[in-house]
Amino acid sequence: MTQLALVIDLNVCVGCSGCVTSCKEWNTSGEAGPMPDQNPYRAEPTGTFFNRVQTYEIGTFPNTETLHFPKSCMHCAEPPCVPVCPTGASYKREEDGIVLVDYDKCIGCKYCSWACPYGAREFDEQSKVMKKCTLCVDRIYDMSLPESERQPACVISCPTSARLFGDVEDPDSEVSVKIREEGGYPLMAEWGAQPSNHYLPRRKVHIRVRADELVRADNPLKKENFSKLSKDEQSLDDVMSW
Amino acid sequence: MHPAFSVIFLTTLIGLGQGLFLAIYTAQVYSVVELIPMTQGDDRIVYGVGSIIALAVLGLGLVASFFHLGHPERAWRSVTQWRTSWLSREVIALPLFMGSVFLYGLFHFMGWNPLLMTIGEGFPIDLTLVMGALATVMAFILFLCTAMIYASIRFLQEWSSPLTVLNFILLGGASGFTLATLFVFYAAPELVGFIGGWAIVLTITALLSRMASLVRNRLLRPKSTPQSAIGVRHSTIRQIAQGAMGGSFNTREYFHGQPQRVVKMVKWSFLLFVFPLPILLLALGIIVQVETLLIAAVVVQYLGLMAERWYFFAEANHPQNIYYQAA
Repeated sequence: MTQLALVIDLNVCVGCSGCVTSCKEWNTSGEAGPMPDQNPYRAEPTGTFFNRVQTYEIGTFPNTETLHFPKSCMHCAEPPCVPVCPTGASYKREEDGIVLVDYDKCIGCKYCSWACPYGAREFDEQSKVMKKCTLCVDRIYDMSLPESERQPACVISCPTSARLFGDVEDPDSEVSVKIREEGGYPLMAEWGAQPSNHYLPRRKVHIRVRADELVRADNPLKKENFSKLSKDEQSLDDVMSW
Repeated sequence: MHPAFSVIFLTTLIGLGQGLFLAIYTAQVYSVVELIPMTQGDDRIVYGVGSIIALAVLGLGLVASFFHLGHPERAWRSVTQWRTSWLSREVIALPLFMGSVFLYGLFHFMGWNPLLMTIGEGFPIDLTLVMGALATVMAFILFLCTAMIYASIRFLQEWSSPLTVLNFILLGGASGFTLATLFVFYAAPELVGFIGGWAIVLTITALLSRMASLVRNRLLRPKSTPQSAIGVRHSTIRQIAQGAMGGSFNTREYFHGQPQRVVKMVKWSFLLFVFPLPILLLALGIIVQVETLLIAAVVVQYLGLMAERWYFFAEANHPQNIYYQAA
């Protein structure tokens, strides 16, 4: 079984929204498009996006941390949005687990968006159908592209490589190893949708220094306290550097 | 959730139509087993015209539902996924129910009512009685489908309860029996006390069940938190950007967009308009037999039901709203 998904490393995401822009650029002109906007250059601009970057402030000043948080469809293993669709327009692909909408079958009832706990689906006010992330399905299988470019647009564009793409069911894939070794977690696991996208947490590297590492424990000459050395006295270093 | 008027009209109108049919069929069953005297009115009027009114109300609800769709011309596709989708099941159940009400009315209207068999001490089972029983089953299936559309979404905790199904049945029943009381006032005045009495009983039962769901929802604790939503374990998480400047589908579809005092006002007005006022108007109308009071009961209760349905949507808090705190 294959389940393609994204792994998003919150440790390196800088919130540049490059993934948002490249997603929109690729998909609005691709098979999944258009992704129309309303009032794009006026007050209250709004439009259809498959991917958005949100920002959270964690903690209270001065102990705060800023978290940039990209969110798109989780391509759940048990997608609650799929069985509720009355027309079968919403479906999960057997071969790679991507959740897609057939725009020609969608009646625009919006019921699937109610049934997604993540708010990952967005209704296109112009085409009057439901739209969502396709994992760039029209790109990842395109044999006319070099293999390194057969990845979702958001993954390629990320300047800090915060986004990884691969098969999360294959235990040896890059994404599976990352999830396993770097503490990858799913969002809102409490609803049992088994989201395939995973997030890698903020990680801080601490150097642990014990007190006895600052002072040499075996010090036969006890000559470590330089401040007490008189001018002519020899330090341990002087002895050792003979 | 955002209360869409198309869905408010759909759910209240079909509930009203289902209740109206159940009311007239109840009258027929009671008169067959002689718990109430046979109607003196013309059967064609009482059951035939009664079915036509029920059909008209159901038809209005069906029309309203199309306004909810982005592509109404593709609505036929929605019958295909009945194996998994309650919405698809509703789309099938509504026309089937309308069809059985149509046949029920037609059989009465044309007088096609052959005796099929007799039970016990001569209770006649005729064709309309059987057709009505079929339509009654369909009415309850339709109530179940409509309510399960909401009750089956497990993370909308306010809806995900058997009380949702009970409320849809009782509120639809109450409003339908109230409308039926007004109808029999013209068609068969001797039934006003019987149907009006049931309308009052159903309204009181609906009040109890709706109160139960209000209390339940008040005590709910949301399963999802900002911590589980972004996976950061800290008690203070504040959203400072939601990925859109001028709002998005996510900030429109899942929020009612009204200040809390409006929501509160809607709640108290539906608690007044759906329950005590119609009960009072019905009781007075039955006692003094004044048409205006019964009309007022129907209108007041229906307006109240619209408020009730608005509140039903506004009260439901979708977990995705955690990602749109700044909305």
